[in-house]
Amino acid sequence: MLDKTIINGLEQIVGKEHVLTDKASLICYSYDATQRKFLPAAVVHPGTTQEISRIMALATRHHIPIYPRGAGSGFSGGSLPTQSDGIVLGLTRLNRILEIDEENLVATVEPGVVTEDFQKAVEKVGLFYPPDPASLKMSTLGGNVAECAGGPRCVKYGVTKDYIIGLEIVTPTGDIITTGGPTMKGVVGYDLTKLICGSEGTLAVITKIIIKLLPLPEAKKTMLVLFDSIDGAAQAVSNIIRGKIIPATLEFMDGRTIDCVREATNLQVPQAARALLIIEVDGDREFLDKQAQKIAAIIKPLGVVETRIAETPEESEALWQIRRSVSASLRRVNPDKFNEDICVPRSKVPEMIRKIDKISDKYGIPIVNFGHAGDGNIHVNIMIDSKIPGEQEKADGAIADVFAGALELGGTMSGEHGVGIMKAPFVGMELGTAAIDYMKTIKKALDPNNILNPGKIFPSDV
Amino acid sequence: MILLVSLEPWWQKFKLMAKLKTLEDYRDEIKHCVKCGGCRAHCPAFGAERHEGRVARGKIALADALLDGEVDLEEQFLVDMSQCLLCGSCYSQCPNKVQTEEIVAATRREIARRKGLSSFGFGVATVLKHPKLMNLLAKSGGKLSRLLFKKIPESSGLHLRFPAPFISADRTLPPVTAKPLRERFPEVIPGKEGAPTVLFFTGCGINYMYPESGEALIKALKFLGVTILIPQEQACCGLPAVSAGATDTVERLASINLEMFSKHRYDTIVTACASCHSGLRQIYPGMIGGEGEYQKKIKDIFVYLVEQGLPEKLAQLPKAEKRIKVTYHDPCHLRNHGITKEPRAILKALPQVDFVELPGAGSCCGLGGTYSVYHYDTSKKIGAKKAALIEETGATLVATDCPGCIMQLQDSINHSGGNQRALHILDLLAEALP
Repeated sequence: MLDKTIINGLEQIVGKEHVLTDKASLICYSYDATQRKFLPAAVVHPGTTQEISRIMALATRHHIPIYPRGAGSGFSGGSLPTQSDGIVLGLTRLNRILEIDEENLVATVEPGVVTEDFQKAVEKVGLFYPPDPASLKMSTLGGNVAECAGGPRCVKYGVTKDYIIGLEIVTPTGDIITTGGPTMKGVVGYDLTKLICGSEGTLAVITKIIIKLLPLPEAKKTMLVLFDSIDGAAQAVSNIIRGKIIPATLEFMDGRTIDCVREATNLQVPQAARALLIIEVDGDREFLDKQAQKIAAIIKPLGVVETRIAETPEESEALWQIRRSVSASLRRVNPDKFNEDICVPRSKVPEMIRKIDKISDKYGIPIVNFGHAGDGNIHVNIMIDSKIPGEQEKADGAIADVFAGALELGGTMSGEHGVGIMKAPFVGMELGTAAIDYMKTIKKALDPNNILNPGKIFPSDV
Repeated sequence: MILLVSLEPWWQKFKLMAKLKTLEDYRDEIKHCVKCGGCRAHCPAFGAERHEGRVARGKIALADALLDGEVDLEEQFLVDMSQCLLCGSCYSQCPNKVQTEEIVAATRREIARRKGLSSFGFGVATVLKHPKLMNLLAKSGGKLSRLLFKKIPESSGLHLRFPAPFISADRTLPPVTAKPLRERFPEVIPGKEGAPTVLFFTGCGINYMYPESGEALIKALKFLGVTILIPQEQACCGLPAVSAGATDTVERLASINLEMFSKHRYDTIVTACASCHSGLRQIYPGMIGGEGEYQKKIKDIFVYLVEQGLPEKLAQLPKAEKRIKVTYHDPCHLRNHGITKEPRAILKALPQVDFVELPGAGSCCGLGGTYSVYHYDTSKKIGAKKAALIEETGATLVATDCPGCIMQLQDSINHSGGNQRALHILDLLAEALP
């Protein structure tokens, strides 16, 4: 429970209707896509940077934890209000696209803008914002920046931070500062923009985002290739890239995933297919056919069972529908899913998949893999029924083994979801003590009272 | 203020054939929501108000908390639960196919069970919080509504959709007909010798407000030469009562209709109202005792007409020289059942029509059963988006397959200052048929 004077203070800053303290509203802001639940003491929806600055100053005075939140679609618990005296800072009212500068290919937006809305707006004027997390229809750009979101197109175009050239932020103590700016170059002082990208809302509240844009590719071409083994598919990824072609997306599904989708959707895929790639190339229309043919030739000797090339947008859509139906069809395997997003050097994908198969056998629980083969980012789905005693412990063991396996291959435990609370206990496996201390020193210096999204990233208190 | 109708005495004697599930029965279904938040992209109420309590994920969390005794039926809970159009947009896009509509409807029934029906007034609280609006409603609404409804029996869901004191003065409503459709025709209209029999489930909207569309349907069936059966005892499908959480009313209405479906002999049941179609196809089989052979025979009228080869027959008619530009709005309750091609097939085949696709054709119009009564402001916001899209097409007419949508679309167009007309595809079909 928060002191009445604090609630009054918040109401004075943002207006009574934007401060929620009733039980029903607290429940509605207690969760994210991790399905973990923490009831906050209040939910506040500020409308301006100045209001956020005043809220942070108030929180600093009273040492109240503040938990910034976008759409609440994260898989790491990054937005969860883990302390019961905490305040959820909902940023969805800040949802304006402030400028799309077609001369400089730069846009300025507020953090609550939904990713897809922004993409559609820039595409209307022939521009392109490539990062495409699976949640783009509901996730916010502020959340994307805070978590440094990825997506299928990252193999060619890079991740969120590669497009963020400036920010306006409110510091944990309430100062408003800008980092970077709308220029393509800028080396004055530390690169705070990059520090904030992916800092999971622990260092600052993002209030404006300056985004670099690209010209929209004229067209794209999608193809689906079925392989008789995961090695063939992985080799295909390496060979395509060695052939000096970088497709816009290179998505893969392993044999178990194909089986799930086949059962759930009557997908017509031969039993011989034990891996699948969805390859999309983009660019000038006249080059696409040539590129698709070149790819087909490169991968032909690698155990290809079948190749389907979409000739129309509808056919392309049908191919992507296969990828999109994965999530729902997995539910048939088991009701509870732990969705990890390890990333390994792309040449190590087959080895990683074999390791995961062994882990699956060791614990006797199904693990289904799909994801972004082009950049080695594998979505590892550990499927259990948590109602069965012992299953949760098996999942915990399998998760630790999967992380260890990825690290052995020179990979990381999270390619794009972030640490939040879900991976915090494992961070020590990847980062050495000195590296964690270095990060904690930054956190302490910028947030001396530890009030901004406390309890995230680090395995123990800052 | 009395929001709910008292049931007519003869219903009391009626034997219940079907029972609705309780919220407790949805405990497992609730757990299937993994809180991914995908519904935020598709929920019309969330799109207009952007509060997590408006969206499917929030409502499911609230229903879950209610089952666990974590939350009481406090005001915000009631408002949030009232903020659902039961349009199924979330369900159609949900990766885990969670039945949010049913969970919300079951939660409303639970509220009514605990607090009594008269206080169910979801969002009535919202109305009460705006005394100005309340005054406006009280002054003009009552009169309007009394005129409107004196001819409609109290069993009709229309009373739930438009309870007297809550109808906004600036809402466009169709006039109520002096002679309801079912009084205009005998119960049986014989077709050709040996022709199949089609049972016409008229629904309240067509019976009382748009009987011309019903006449158009009968004309189309006569054109096919089938025998038409219009049972006089048919009742409201019950969908508005589902939306209102009125368990007894739903169960009684369903029982009357189930009795009717089992008593008569027919080959097909047709509806010309997306809500009725959904009420019969979705609500009834979800009820304990609601399944039956009749389920397989229910068809939307355009699905039936396409099966009977009507588009081919229409294509043989000479194209009109002066054609009207017509677009089509997908009613949620048809879209959710995958019925999108058939209404378009008929429209496109009409000789006087130039069909143009509507961007966002499947987005909800904003009516949502009782929703627009209690949340007329939000409903208008949702409707305004639709009206802008209709304007974009340059069409003169927007056709659809649901009386509720027609009413809402016309209201939205009028508020946005557009000059398009909303109508039933059947009205255009009747023009074209000889």
